[in-house]
Amino acid sequence: MRLEGKSLTFRYRKDRKPVLEGITISIESGERLGLAGPSGRGKTTLCRLLAGYETPTSGEVLLDGTPLSARKGPCPVQLLWQNPETAVDPRMRMDRVLAEGGPVAPELLEALGIEPDWLKRWPGELSGGELQRFCLARALGPATKILLCDEMSAMLDYITQAQLWEVLLAEAERRDLGLLVVSHSGKLLERVCTRVITL
Amino acid sequence: MENPVLEVEDLSISFTQYAHGAGRRELPVIRGLDLTVRAGEISAVVGSSGSGKSLLAHALLGLLPYNAACTGVMRYKGQRLTREKMEALRGKEMVLVPQSVNFLDPLMRVGPQLARGKREKGVKEKIRAVLARYGLGPETEEMYPFELSGGMARRVLISSAVVERPVLVIADEPTPGLDGTAAKRILGHFRELADQGTAVLFITHDLELALTAADRVAVFYAGVTVEECPAADFGRQAHHPYTAALWRAMPGNGFVPIPGSQPYPGREEAGCPFAPRCDRRREECAGTIPVRREGRDYIRCVREGVVP
Repeated sequence: MRLEGKSLTFRYRKDRKPVLEGITISIESGERLGLAGPSGRGKTTLCRLLAGYETPTSGEVLLDGTPLSARKGPCPVQLLWQNPETAVDPRMRMDRVLAEGGPVAPELLEALGIEPDWLKRWPGELSGGELQRFCLARALGPATKILLCDEMSAMLDYITQAQLWEVLLAEAERRDLGLLVVSHSGKLLERVCTRVITL
Repeated sequence: MENPVLEVEDLSISFTQYAHGAGRRELPVIRGLDLTVRAGEISAVVGSSGSGKSLLAHALLGLLPYNAACTGVMRYKGQRLTREKMEALRGKEMVLVPQSVNFLDPLMRVGPQLARGKREKGVKEKIRAVLARYGLGPETEEMYPFELSGGMARRVLISSAVVERPVLVIADEPTPGLDGTAAKRILGHFRELADQGTAVLFITHDLELALTAADRVAVFYAGVTVEECPAADFGRQAHHPYTAALWRAMPGNGFVPIPGSQPYPGREEAGCPFAPRCDRRREECAGTIPVRREGRDYIRCVREGVVP
């Protein structure tokens, strides 16, 4: 599967200059593409466009040649947000949060170190690292083919970071997923990516 | 050697919680925390989220909420840091660079915000000089916080902290959301302060950043200091297994995780909080852990020597 952004331009306000201008990017199954660049360059905005949360001012997002927006059913492109606290509904217990992405294999939960009794907790009762494990499990639903990781481990300590990446890389390998990895850490990109571009 | 500006010995903080109905329970969050900060040095405190880093800053400034109880000794320039003393010192000799840009008053222009209501002569010049030091022009004084970019807001927060020439700067995660270059620039400002004799306590979860900027690093785990050593020694010879595990998990050093996660406050077993995840666990780990001091280094582990 191939996700393409073709000469994407995007502006949040008409009277401002665009955040992204004429960006072309493509991610294939089995590939791990790193995206680096200073703050404010539009890395997150690009992820939002590629995942279909925003419509580009001009340009198009294609999945295997068809527009992302024309597809029906669960979206094969999933976005893993930077701050897990704001990516889960605070009024749902974790088992329901997890179910939003469809059924999750028990082996995956175990690999991510999600304890069974966490499932009955509220999001406020878990730490950022624990919530991010749930977000990762939720984003890895059966339909997912391409995963966009927007600084998914920046706010975690190194041990938790390494734990999550170990699971994600194994899962990506097994399912031939395509990954877009956004990070400020050059060492992380060097470690996990097959190729790196700078915005 | 300089005398310590700040010494923290055996600090414990617990919260009183209502569990069921009127039933109350004590929730210990920090247990037996030790730390020393000297003039002219940047001391970094590194720990994962929930290890009690921000609470330490709040305890030092007397900003803990009413349901928190705090025991142990805090000394400032050799003298006990009492509630009155904290109130007298904070904002003057002892300042906080807060974690979030939300700490700025959104309805106040930067200039008046830095002046903090003072109107005597020279205040305006002082503010202008401090802002200029961080590369912010006089036009910044007229701006509201929403008009500042992330990096500018950080610099305003630092400016606000150093207007009064502090002795101790407590910086609570001052660099999140900034890219490497911007973060290094901010840390450069702290280095400058330290070189002028200020003591800097730099609280962060980012070990890599702490190692590039700090002179000494204290590692927290589940509310306990497990090790304190010079930043230059870090990784070359870790004394505590947690420190070694943290080092090996860095993307540049192997990227090898250990299983499990940090215990919740109030759920720790007696003894070493890291014992359940430790590959060098022994029977003694369940008991009281002796603190070993080697020169200025501090290690809380039953094992002697370094982790191979």
